[in-house]
Amino acid sequence: MALSGLEIFKLLPKTNCKKCGQPTCLAFAMALAQKKVSLEQCPDASPQAREALAAAAAPPMRLVSFGLGDAAAKTGQETVLFRHDEKFHSPTVVAATLPDDLPAAAAAARAKAIQALAFERVGQKMPVQAVAVLNRSGDAGRFAATAQLAKDTCKAVILVTQSPDAAKAALAHVKDAKPLLCGATDANAAAMAAIAKDAKCPLVAIAPDAEALAALTEKLKAAGCEDLVLCLETLDRWAEMRGLTLMRQLALKKNFRPLGYPVIAFAADGTPEAQVARASALIAKYAGIVVVDTIEPWALLPLLTVRQNIYTDPQKPVQVEPKLYAVGEAGADSPLMFTTNFSLTYYTVEGDVEASRVPSWILCVDTEGTSVLTAYSGDKLNEKIVAKAMKTANVETVVKHRKLIIPGYVAVMSGKLEEETGWEILVGPRESSIIPRYLKEVWAGQK
Amino acid sequence: MPLPAIQESYSGRVNELTIGGGARKKTVTVGGAKTIPYGGDRAATGRRPVIAIDVLDSPPQDWPAVLADAYGGVLADPAAWAKKAVDEFGGDLVCLKFDGLHPDKGNLGADHAVAVTQKVIGAVGVPLILWGSGNDEKDNAVMPKVSQAAKGERVLLGTVTQDNYKSLTATALADQHLLIAQAPLDINIAKQVNILVSDMGFPLESLVMFQTTGTLGYGMEYAYSIQERERLAALGGDRLMALPVICDVGYESWRAKEAKASASEAPQWGDGAKRGPLWEATTAVALLQSGVDIVRMRHPAAVAIVREYINSLWGSD
Repeated sequence: MALSGLEIFKLLPKTNCKKCGQPTCLAFAMALAQKKVSLEQCPDASPQAREALAAAAAPPMRLVSFGLGDAAAKTGQETVLFRHDEKFHSPTVVAATLPDDLPAAAAAARAKAIQALAFERVGQKMPVQAVAVLNRSGDAGRFAATAQLAKDTCKAVILVTQSPDAAKAALAHVKDAKPLLCGATDANAAAMAAIAKDAKCPLVAIAPDAEALAALTEKLKAAGCEDLVLCLETLDRWAEMRGLTLMRQLALKKNFRPLGYPVIAFAADGTPEAQVARASALIAKYAGIVVVDTIEPWALLPLLTVRQNIYTDPQKPVQVEPKLYAVGEAGADSPLMFTTNFSLTYYTVEGDVEASRVPSWILCVDTEGTSVLTAYSGDKLNEKIVAKAMKTANVETVVKHRKLIIPGYVAVMSGKLEEETGWEILVGPRESSIIPRYLKEVWAGQK
Repeated sequence: MPLPAIQESYSGRVNELTIGGGARKKTVTVGGAKTIPYGGDRAATGRRPVIAIDVLDSPPQDWPAVLADAYGGVLADPAAWAKKAVDEFGGDLVCLKFDGLHPDKGNLGADHAVAVTQKVIGAVGVPLILWGSGNDEKDNAVMPKVSQAAKGERVLLGTVTQDNYKSLTATALADQHLLIAQAPLDINIAKQVNILVSDMGFPLESLVMFQTTGTLGYGMEYAYSIQERERLAALGGDRLMALPVICDVGYESWRAKEAKASASEAPQWGDGAKRGPLWEATTAVALLQSGVDIVRMRHPAAVAIVREYINSLWGSD
């Protein structure tokens, strides 16, 4: 949290010596608050002042990255508790487990399956970015071998072990991939901190509650580990959600540094359905990394879509590429309708047209990602814009008829649109859900 | 290490409201939140969220097989359907949805609607939600009779909108039912409906808000954020926003192709029989994070997932 000019002034020598080039210390403080000068220009600033200013300049929640290159994953640096206040910045990293007690062939097959996972919705990739290697065998050699397998998936690696020996063995293989080490408890803090520091990899602090976590991160920081991730280890699900919420509040509202780190949470127990339910709640309520055991596509698709929805920037509506879309085997006699390129509007219309099973053309008009009514009232949707979109998409060559179905909410533009294009304008329903009935009855009657 | 205190000085709280009365063997109380979700202990965040299972007044025409098959042969018999929804699938409430009244979906009349209402009242002991077709003219003609048929049961009656609230509000007032105020993803319209309804002498304490719902992948985040903003306004002391919230998860979720498509239509998305219910359940769980009090659901497997999730946080019923 940035300091005000007056707060900075209190930290300065108050000698008005002018060595910094400013007439007074107060003037220097004001310039500093506006980031016009740097503290280095004051030769007499105390170490305390330097530390306080450096701390204040840091974001309230640290950005932690692990994995390198294409596998790089980053988490943290969140600024709000509610997405509508700004947006959530670092989409929750979703990780799949790779236990080290699987038979070699099964482990290799699972690693391959994780590597192959690829989902895409509304033109955005929805990756599973990390593999969490679990030291279930308790054996350092097997853990190291499995870590190598995880690294070979070209995803970011999370090493889940509380054994310093296993951690060391695995890092010997994969430390050049900058894995996240998970992690340090009160019991092994010194050893794990030394290992993480030596391997230059970020470290997870594991404790049963927020108080213990805060104490542990201070300890790890004192041991030289700055890139930390928090893990609340509790079987009480309410305490987990309560704890994550409290830690986010403390980090952002109180600028409480010992908890100013992203959070990793494990939702890897129980049925795939139970994992997805729990992981979805964790994505919404403040986990920066979520680990699941299921790699079933039917389970991951909804989970990754939750992340996509929650991390959408509320100020920037998701847009669909404005062009002509065919739904079903649309041909020269198929109906042609237009809607806007606001993804929600477009995909709702597309879904309903699909449900009608009447092959159709949907002309997606660029309204800068706004809905029909909003676009119309903001003049982002008028007869000229629609006519231009029709021309660009060459609809004249696509359909033989000259009939355009328009959204019921903009019935008022039919006259002008008819004049502008020379096409017959048919006013469609206001609600997208009525489209199937409209196509089956009204459009069918047109022929 | 001692933690700094977080000042949670919310002046407002969400109304508590009890659905059910008369011949109901059970009542359901919702609302009561005094803080944001997970902003305190369980008690401070109000009553546990509840699940209402949809029962349609006439057989659904467009349900995908995965959904319809889960109900076996009861879809043409609302009473048997309701009984199954409660006894086998564990619905806290039954939401009787009168799709069949809609001119586009059967155009059935008041006699039908009243008969179905009476049958469902007789079939189950849980509180009821009675939800119109969405066609203003038809609902104004029929829903008052439905309301009267359920007099004394203290049902949750839906829905009133900015453009159509007088008839149903007067009916609910006369028959002492509760009401659902609907506004399309707009916080100002939501407030406006609540003002209009309460100006008719209907107590805010008997109202539930419905912002219309987007399913996962199709605008879920809009409903999510509107509901979060409304809840924060309520906690900040805005009495017009201090109402429990209901979401229509079932209907919306099963419109999504991610829920409907079979594995052969979309092999990259895996088992359709598992995916559809999970799409519905995930939508519900995500929306619960915004502080929702009642979710309307359809697939029994989805209900079971959400039930398990709610119990994992709130303890078993």
